[in-house]
Amino acid sequence: MILLYGLLIFMIIGAVIAIETKDLLSSVISVGAMGLALSIVFLLLSAPDLAIVQVVVEVLALIMMLRLVVTREDVTVAHRYRYGEVFATTIGLIFFGVFIVFASIVFKEMPEFGNPLLRVSRQYITEGFDISHAANIVTAILLEFRAYDTLGEATVIFAAIVGALVILRGKGRNI
Amino acid sequence: MKGMTLIVKTITRLLLGFIFVFSVSIILFGHITPGGGFAGGVMLACVFILLVLAFGKKTALDIVSEKAISIWDSVGSLSFLEIALLGFFGGFFFKDFFSKGSPLKLFSGGTILWSNISIGIKVFASLFAAFMALAIFRVRRER
Repeated sequence: MILLYGLLIFMIIGAVIAIETKDLLSSVISVGAMGLALSIVFLLLSAPDLAIVQVVVEVLALIMMLRLVVTREDVTVAHRYRYGEVFATTIGLIFFGVFIVFASIVFKEMPEFGNPLLRVSRQYITEGFDISHAANIVTAILLEFRAYDTLGEATVIFAAIVGALVILRGKGRNI
Repeated sequence: MKGMTLIVKTITRLLLGFIFVFSVSIILFGHITPGGGFAGGVMLACVFILLVLAFGKKTALDIVSEKAISIWDSVGSLSFLEIALLGFFGGFFFKDFFSKGSPLKLFSGGTILWSNISIGIKVFASLFAAFMALAIFRVRRER
């Protein structure tokens, strides 16, 4: 449990560094360190499927971000306005307070860490193997019980990639 | 992008086959061991991205061309939809029409294996297409 909290603190520090640093390259690297820590957290919480996906996607995203960062000029906007910063800090503090108040209300109602509600999911866990005959319960839930979600996810990826290809391609096409 | 040094090329040549086989096994055994179509597909995309980074984009484009990437992308998503639509023969959308088989064997779990394969192809093609879009198109425009 101490290791878990240490990793969580490490991730928070990495996120703050990624936002606050001026250099884009070090920002990307700290995002990568954060993702690897997240994958170790998934392993500690005994979710190997998620850990594999997290590591692999993190590596791929890191390569793409590095490719974008290294070849580009640094386009961060450096100048700041003094009054604007005071305004932004005040608004940020107000919303942080509002978030704390509502979060304290919500977290009292939520189930304890490690004791989820499991109303529908209990049926997946107990009867999933008999229904689907797949040993990996995560894949059984993704592709058997919640296949609609996976179809929607595949559609989202397809649409995103088609959009990216259309925007990024060099030559136009006459219609 | 001409590729990297001799050290990187040699190590890549040694490791590439192992990573490829591992990613295919993660896709195929997704219903038995941890993993699945998404993780295996991303790993398969990583194989070709490693090829691009080590040997330059021409080597990878000789194996999988731009047109082939888009065809594989469409094949993956359409075959997943096909699996869903074939369920109508049994009664409803996404009905598991395949025989379940005995558990812990490769051909078990009904349509899960085939869905994993189609999702793996789809994710591989889309992520490799995204990388190639960043790697090729911008370079072509700048030079």
